[in-house]
Amino acid sequence: MLEIKDLHAGFDGNEIIKGISLTIKKGEIHAVMGPNGSGKSTMAKILSGHPSYEAMGGEILFDGENLLEMDAEQRSLAGIFMGFQYPVEVPGVNNAEFLRMAHNARRVKAGEEEIDPLDFDDLLSEKMKTLGMEKKYKERNLNDGFSGGEKKKNEILQMAILEPKLSILDETDSGLDIDALRVVSEGVNKLRNENNALILITHYQRLLDYIKPDYVHVLSDGKIVKSGDKSLALELESQGYDWVTTAN
Amino acid sequence: MSDEQNSVSDILEDSTYKYGFTTDVESDTFAKGLDEDVVRAISKKKKEPQFMLDFRLKAFAKWKTMKEPEWPNVHYPPIDFQNISYYSAPKQKKVLESLDEVDPEVMRTFEKLGIPLDEQKKLANVAVDAVFDSVSVATTHKKKLMEVGIIFCSFSEALQEYPELIEEYIGSVVPVGDNYYAALNSAVFTDGSFVYIPPDTISPMEISTYFRINTEETGQFERTLIICAENSYVSYLEGCTAPQFDTNQLHAAVVELVTLENAEIKYSTVQNWYAGDKETGKGGIYNFVTKRGKCLGDGSKISWTQVETGSAITWKYPSCLLIGDNSSGEFYSVALTNGHMQADTGTKMIHIGKNTRSSIISKGISADHSSNSYRGQVKVGKNATNARNYSQCDSMLVGDKSSAHTFPYIETANSSVQVEHEAATSKISEDQLFYFESRGISRENAIEAVISGFCKEVFKQLPMEFAVEAQKLLTLKLEDSVG
Ligand SMILES: Nc1ncnc2c1ncn2[C@@H]1O[C@H](COP(=O)(O)OP(=O)(O)OP(=O)(O)O)[C@@H](O)[C@H]1O
Ligand SMILES: [Mg+2]
Repeated sequence: MLEIKDLHAGFDGNEIIKGISLTIKKGEIHAVMGPNGSGKSTMAKILSGHPSYEAMGGEILFDGENLLEMDAEQRSLAGIFMGFQYPVEVPGVNNAEFLRMAHNARRVKAGEEEIDPLDFDDLLSEKMKTLGMEKKYKERNLNDGFSGGEKKKNEILQMAILEPKLSILDETDSGLDIDALRVVSEGVNKLRNENNALILITHYQRLLDYIKPDYVHVLSDGKIVKSGDKSLALELESQGYDWVTTAN
Repeated sequence: MSDEQNSVSDILEDSTYKYGFTTDVESDTFAKGLDEDVVRAISKKKKEPQFMLDFRLKAFAKWKTMKEPEWPNVHYPPIDFQNISYYSAPKQKKVLESLDEVDPEVMRTFEKLGIPLDEQKKLANVAVDAVFDSVSVATTHKKKLMEVGIIFCSFSEALQEYPELIEEYIGSVVPVGDNYYAALNSAVFTDGSFVYIPPDTISPMEISTYFRINTEETGQFERTLIICAENSYVSYLEGCTAPQFDTNQLHAAVVELVTLENAEIKYSTVQNWYAGDKETGKGGIYNFVTKRGKCLGDGSKISWTQVETGSAITWKYPSCLLIGDNSSGEFYSVALTNGHMQADTGTKMIHIGKNTRSSIISKGISADHSSNSYRGQVKVGKNATNARNYSQCDSMLVGDKSSAHTFPYIETANSSVQVEHEAATSKISEDQLFYFESRGISRENAIEAVISGFCKEVFKQLPMEFAVEAQKLLTLKLEDSVG
């Protein structure tokens, strides 16, 4: 599904990602861990097409297509979803209306008719129920005044509505309380199937108890310095990053 | 899919000023320059009653003693008032019996602007008075309105047919010497619209005037007078465009509204005069307009809604004099500036009667190198017991070269009043737009959503079709400015 080949990337000419290769297949879950500032969010932004970040070498294929040639909108429509570490607030734009716009953009792409507000409301209510979200998420403006945890939950609600092929969740677990972490994780698990894939960026092994990764990669200074299975996360938790970064 | 693509390509196609064409019509234009003889000649040309000429001469005498205001936060080279022609009219042989006699070129111009005037195509629910340069060329739905006693015609016609109404009300809201441009207008105005709603009448349709400046070296000085008698209601729309010239044209209009007991006038404007070249700032309209409403009767109401998206310079403060007890005034404004535009706009709410209420919602959007100022005055007289005002002035900055300013003036002479003022500044950021795009929503739709969210309270006040138009207009003007 996703093939990253020797990717070099950054912004304003600063190279942050210094040669990453990674292949992700349908149905897989990859966890990406690594110290602060190692380039995890930068990698996620490159994948989702943030205009301030540029690829400086290498390539990315998504379902065989050259991802770097698509803009953010096209990538989203192609099935990539990014759950932001810091979701932006948009005052004045109603959350439910925003979700409907996003949903309709997909329908239009698929050659279907736009959904009307009432039908969409039913769909939204159903998704919100599975994620255990209160009604206020419909009524409020997009992330406007949301708490850190509420913003993260709202990202997952968007993921549920958009049903992406590949989701990149950037520290979705940080800021969630213990109950919310469980509910959100269960929600993410429900959205999984053999045709989609997940990249989980996290600092905590705890999330991986709920959403079990097939692979764990450690990013340090813009490179993947170690890959392994779930046990790698446990080792990191007990030994810290020095263990992998210096061993390299 | 096709709908979606259409609207996007429409937007792209529209990204230059689409009303920038001129129309080739033979016109009757005075030589440039202004003196008392010009004023007399305008009056004579229009076969005006004596009181009108006296009014003009008084205004002209006053104007000569006045100076252009320097307090607005706008900058432009001095205007040479002798280098303007004060009268230009499409040439017509005689008084028109029907629309069929209007110069087809003029009719086509309005059609191109989306304002079909001929009997077959005219807009079903909107009566239109079309003003071309300084002259009203056509008024639709007149008969239908007359059936319920509503007078809707050009100002010139009203002067012939209903001189007593004009004599009673003209200058009663904006006195001849009110300000520099109002005095100039009072001396040289050529045409405009007149509306009279008789008592106990709800206008069966929207009434509108559409202004078009066509000639390069004329000024447009029109005059609108709307009188709404006891227990009546009218919603009035005004639209404006002008061709693209490298020189600046002056538009100095005066609008006067009067409401008697329990009457209500809702006045909406979408102004899209040519704003000058986006890069160089060359050309564009100087929009120096005086608009004022007088709530004369108890319980009456005047509400101004404006969406200002054009003009090189805008200087405009639609205001309300709240004289009747329990009367109320509202001002809803969206002012967008981009390129090198400058706007200094706002309102004045003057509370005179008891229990008078006013509310002000102003949304300023500034992009590129433009400057956008809100200037508002709330003045409460000593007899205005229990008067209330609420003001909210929000600014949105697009990019980092534009500026927004807020100048609220509050003056109260009565201790029982409540005045509230709120202000906020926000920004459309690249990260917000990226957030939308990363959800598969196009940039155009993202801008539209953010802007319409910002302007929601104002757009809500506009008639439906106008609101849709206004939203599109703002989106297309901002597209190049964001990011
Ligand atoms: N827009 C930007 N402006 C300035 N510096 C940036 C920007 N984006 C990334 N960086 C820098 O690039 C490096 C990698 O940042 P990135 O956000 O990818 O780290 P991270 O691995 O996600 O860290 P964390 O665990 O703290 O979220 C950091 O040094 C960061 O300061
Ligand atoms: Mg990060």
